[in-house]
Amino acid sequence: MAILITEKTRVIVQGMSGRIGSFHAADMIKYGTNVVGGVTPGRGGEVHLGLPLFNTVREAVEATGAEASLVFVPPPFAADAIMEAADAGIRTAVCVTDGIPSQDMMKLKRFLRRYPAERKLRLIGPNCAGVISPGRGFMGIMPPHIYLPGRIGIIGRSGTLGYEAASQLKDLGLGVSTSVGIGGDPINGSSFRDILALFEADPETDAVMMIGEIGGPQEAEAAIYARDHMKKPVVAYIAGLSAPKGRKMGHAGAIVSAFGESAQEKVVLLEAAGITVAPNPSSMGETMARLLASRAMGAVA
Amino acid sequence: MDIHEYQAKEILARFGVPVPRGGLAYSPEQAGYRARELGGSAWVVKAQIHSGGRGAAGGVKLCRSADEVQAFAGTLFGKQLVTKQTDAKGKGVYRVWVEAASEIAQELYLGFVLDRQSERIMIVASAHGGIEIEDLAESDPNSLRRMTIDPAVGLSEFQARELAFQLGLKGGQIAQMVATLRACYRAYRDLDAVMVEINPLVITGTGDLVALDAKMSFDTNALFRRPEIAELRDRSQEDPRESTAGDHGLSYVGLDGDIGCIINGAGLAMATMDMIKLAGGEPANFLDIGGGASPERVVRAFRTVLADGNVSVILVNIFAGINRCDWVAEGVVQAYREVGLTIPVVVRLAGTNVDEGRAIIAASGLPLISADTLAEAAAAAVAASTSRPRQAA
Repeated sequence: MAILITEKTRVIVQGMSGRIGSFHAADMIKYGTNVVGGVTPGRGGEVHLGLPLFNTVREAVEATGAEASLVFVPPPFAADAIMEAADAGIRTAVCVTDGIPSQDMMKLKRFLRRYPAERKLRLIGPNCAGVISPGRGFMGIMPPHIYLPGRIGIIGRSGTLGYEAASQLKDLGLGVSTSVGIGGDPINGSSFRDILALFEADPETDAVMMIGEIGGPQEAEAAIYARDHMKKPVVAYIAGLSAPKGRKMGHAGAIVSAFGESAQEKVVLLEAAGITVAPNPSSMGETMARLLASRAMGAVA
Repeated sequence: MDIHEYQAKEILARFGVPVPRGGLAYSPEQAGYRARELGGSAWVVKAQIHSGGRGAAGGVKLCRSADEVQAFAGTLFGKQLVTKQTDAKGKGVYRVWVEAASEIAQELYLGFVLDRQSERIMIVASAHGGIEIEDLAESDPNSLRRMTIDPAVGLSEFQARELAFQLGLKGGQIAQMVATLRACYRAYRDLDAVMVEINPLVITGTGDLVALDAKMSFDTNALFRRPEIAELRDRSQEDPRESTAGDHGLSYVGLDGDIGCIINGAGLAMATMDMIKLAGGEPANFLDIGGGASPERVVRAFRTVLADGNVSVILVNIFAGINRCDWVAEGVVQAYREVGLTIPVVVRLAGTNVDEGRAIIAASGLPLISADTLAEAAAAAVAASTSRPRQAA
């Protein structure tokens, strides 16, 4: 059943009538994603891309039974749009928007805790490429043709580095169950650990590729989780081994500070937890292929 | 976005943090005038640059006369001050802050930062502040008190009081500390800061708290709603290449190597730099062209990278999602013609509209080196680099 999205998931797009929202929503529909409508305040009742537009997420949910939302709303309004989705009963929101103020994220994360587990919203992103279950549907901005359907889960902070991993796997004939971009912001909706738990429970995923980078505590936390709670193998790569210490690299939110935040320290922590770490970014695919082959041999023996 | 000490002190004072009396000077004469205006018999003269470690670098001095203030200020203006936190070029001094000297009985440390673990604002405090705080954080991390603040409630009085007692404060200092902590928190929250630091927060001879130094840094993503903060930006303190690149939607960091990098996405950019190093080369820069890059932005990226005279080859690595390979390819071709490139360019395109992009490169007839994979691209760039280490025969 993959995770987060299948061909059945009813998806709305918040900000669908915008230029970028339109372009990517059309791409999603073309791929076969079950997009059921869009939300643009003030445009309710109109039809866009052959689908109904609604003024509020609540109206969209009532009319279409939407379970998931892709958020293409500009940074000043994005956190509010996600809160609206949570309040309307949306269970999965994927936010592509880059540049949301960190205090908006702090408030948003606190807000999401208001809802009981059975109707709580799971946020993916912001500042991410989105989520794709190849051959079934996607919510995001990725080029879908680079993914082969299969049984490997991918989690990455960086969108483009996630594409790199998927295309290396494809070149080796390996496919993907679901690929999840968790985003590069200092505060994000779901962590590596959250998504690892979903893949561990997914009967259609056999192994997980985790792509981290310098900065932040989430890779270290994921290492401990994988060691203590996972049976499925994990291959990791950490970008930024050559990054000079203490310098901020772009929007990655990557300020090297505490132990476990530099790329080298993350590699040490991951390996100590029994995770296979690809030595460089062009060997992500082959490291996974070798791991799967050695496990298959082990199963035969 | 960073601001100067005097600006941080003005802001924090407005929220209720006690700070010494002082005045800003744009010339040595004005510095002397400020000293006379403030009165008293001792002043501290402080170079205003966006960096810590100014004292050890000779940017701060205690002066005993207005003439001495003026003379010392005269040595600061126009100087590039190199501190432990700046690069080798240092930062230019164009403003000097003169303030009434305070008597110091004890130095405390107070910092407010974004804690990624708890996803909240965290207070870090120590009873042993001053310039050795970083050593202390390393040698005895437990001596730092930490406390996180619930964004729904804010910093409660009891939390602030607990911290004040933990730091060993007494009597009237408790109320002063509670007021200071709450003022810093409100400033952080109301102005979308990402860092507020007072080091040292001193206890004076009379037992009162005063912020002797202050640093504030702000969330650039929130500047759209903080115009009064956006105005405080001081371009003289920024690397001109990085800030000009930023104006054009490019995220650029200059490094020491000779392989210029033009890449989309911070993660892929870092990975490409890792790959270059592994292949035996040195990246000249980190550059993320961002999403939805137009041909014009690609041309701008070329100009930015080429402004670094050390660059002997350029590596373009684009894995397009929200970007389009055809636009990037057009940008590469346009850059080649407009800029008059004389150094080799390696181009690796993948993702959205890759066939159109490769066709544009092929049809251009330009001597561009094409690569299909990340590994090939890095190897080709290192091979074309003029400063590559010679292979042992």
